Amino acid sequence: MKVAYWPGCVSRGFTPELHGSMAKVAPLLDMELVELDRASCCGAGVIAEHSQELADTLNARTFALAQQTGQPMMMNICSTCQGSQTECQERLDANAEYRERINATLEPDGLRYDKGEVLNKNLLWLLVEDFGLDELRNRVKRPLKDLKVGPFYGCYIIRPTDRLGIDEEKPRDRYLHMLIEALGGTVIEYAGQHKCCGFPIITMNKEASLKQAARHLGDALDAAADCLVTPCPLCHLNLDLQQPLAERYGGRDLGLPVLHLPQLVGLALGLDADDLGLARHVVKPTTVVDWSQSVVAGVGGSQSAGW
Amino acid sequence: MSEFKLRLRRYDPESGSAPYWAEYSVDLEGHRSVLEGILQAKGETDGSIGIRCSCRAAICGSCGVLINGKTALACHTHLDKAARHAKDGVIEVEPMSNMPVIKDLIVDMDAVHWKKQQRVTPWLINKEPIPEREYIAPHESMVDITQSMACIQCGACVSSCLSMEIDPLFVGPAALAKAYRFVGDPRDAQQYERLKDLAEDPHGMYDCTHCFNCIEACPKGVAPMNQIMRLRRVAGDHEIVDRNNGHRHESAFVTLVKDYGLLHEAELLPRSYGGDSWFGKFHPNAGKELLDSLPVVVKGLMRRKMNPKIALFGHKLPKDALGEVQRIFDTVESRPARDELNLYIKGYDEDDSGAQDSGAGGPEHANNAPDQGQPGQEPEESPVR
Repeated sequence: MKVAYWPGCVSRGFTPELHGSMAKVAPLLDMELVELDRASCCGAGVIAEHSQELADTLNARTFALAQQTGQPMMMNICSTCQGSQTECQERLDANAEYRERINATLEPDGLRYDKGEVLNKNLLWLLVEDFGLDELRNRVKRPLKDLKVGPFYGCYIIRPTDRLGIDEEKPRDRYLHMLIEALGGTVIEYAGQHKCCGFPIITMNKEASLKQAARHLGDALDAAADCLVTPCPLCHLNLDLQQPLAERYGGRDLGLPVLHLPQLVGLALGLDADDLGLARHVVKPTTVVDWSQSVVAGVGGSQSAGW
Repeated sequence: MSEFKLRLRRYDPESGSAPYWAEYSVDLEGHRSVLEGILQAKGETDGSIGIRCSCRAAICGSCGVLINGKTALACHTHLDKAARHAKDGVIEVEPMSNMPVIKDLIVDMDAVHWKKQQRVTPWLINKEPIPEREYIAPHESMVDITQSMACIQCGACVSSCLSMEIDPLFVGPAALAKAYRFVGDPRDAQQYERLKDLAEDPHGMYDCTHCFNCIEACPKGVAPMNQIMRLRRVAGDHEIVDRNNGHRHESAFVTLVKDYGLLHEAELLPRSYGGDSWFGKFHPNAGKELLDSLPVVVKGLMRRKMNPKIALFGHKLPKDALGEVQRIFDTVESRPARDELNLYIKGYDEDDSGAQDSGAGGPEHANNAPDQGQPGQEPEESPVR
């Protein structure tokens, strides 16, 4: 499958292991990624907070660039990109007059967004709806047997349900559960799976932000999770990068590894933990690496994987 | 008629015993409401079940509860749908969250919801001198606040708020939506003061985590989170720089995306604390924050999580692509007035050619429309279906 691929900013900035692991996993899924390397930041809701039209125009430009690749499908690997881009797309699609106004801004660069020409899906949705879980099951080389995985979705990919097309026919708020099972893992149900990681207020109310992260990590640990998996790199920042500080604000030891979605898929498809960049996480993914029977000493020590 | 099973959370503080679950079977058609189910259990099985209700038509806002873990009005949720979403086929009903329980499904709205409403001065502050006749307000400005006026004070958003779950002092979605009702009203005399107050409060408008839970919970399509974003936008217009880094964060984000085309995370953090310029990172507040975060910064660099080159210089779009992005910024920022498309007010095009009719969903329409989450709209297919 060939898709226009929007990696996002954070996957190439503070979580380079996400972009890297996606590149490793794609060929194993026969996925050809046409990277939108000229597209801009989606605004993560913050640009829309400043000016709705600005966010809508920037994302219309991204959709227009996707359209130019000739691929009907655009794939992202970030819950926040999915949510904020879909919000803009909803407005662009809702009102032809507004759309034309935005297109007029894009026109000098020969770009144009047409309603219905771009279907923007997160890797998670694409795997379940287009690639198919049966096909994925067939390709699993190392089932995640006995690995207890807690799903962490990220707000932007599950709410609001109307806008994100979530209903009984497409239970996208259960897809991580379904995926973990398809990969042979055990799903851990815990209170925080659909809650907010706290990241958006990390600079405004650090205590509340990290207490949120700490609570969800703690709930997952109490439910006996070996690790979490998330399709959102911003959640990953609060849950992994900030975990040592979350321990301080939450008042308890945590040490729960948090995996990016393509990393979990990659492990099941037989890739090495090091190749997937797991050694780059702040919280050592010891439980996961032990499970994958890699050399424990290699984690954190080997710095050979380079993107 | 068919049988539905309800599992209610029971609690009587006067009894001295802990809360417990109790199951009831009711016989009703599937399109009847969960409230009718609870009332049948109360009428036929156990008269001591505590539930607050009145209109049974989703307008009085009395019967907010958690149904299968999600906040909703009991009278606004069908039994068959609730049963389909229940994890074991039994519809689970609990009292709302974030508020103390008085008895069974009844929570103390005074202790939380109404107190927070009072916090935002929920009345119009007159301009002086008071005009002799009525105020004349432009039609468009009143349309703008229609959405926040649709609130029925049920407290569903308060119950669902994930920020309040952690920080009980957060002013919260209902009260902040109410605040926008007056900030957006041209007749109010103290818009700047209202905004300044809510921006400076450490538990005010910048304490919202943008989790969309209140939008999902609201039975009237008020979308409280969107009203909070409007408050922030208007606070920016008034150039209110708050001690919570709210405005600095937004302005640094926008500047960095304009300068780089992509987000430069390493620069965003110090600028949010120290001010939106290259010098921001040298501000004492930025230094203090860096010191506080040192454990994670060192770990991140040691594990090569952040590439030092990207951390220092950021990643940029190719020059011509960045030029295109910057031209968009210039075009949009130079507009005399902000163009905002509120789908609650405008609704969706009936079809691709019908753009000109898009203003038809005016305020009257919005008030009379069936309130399937988003009054005034005919929600079309999601763009991502």
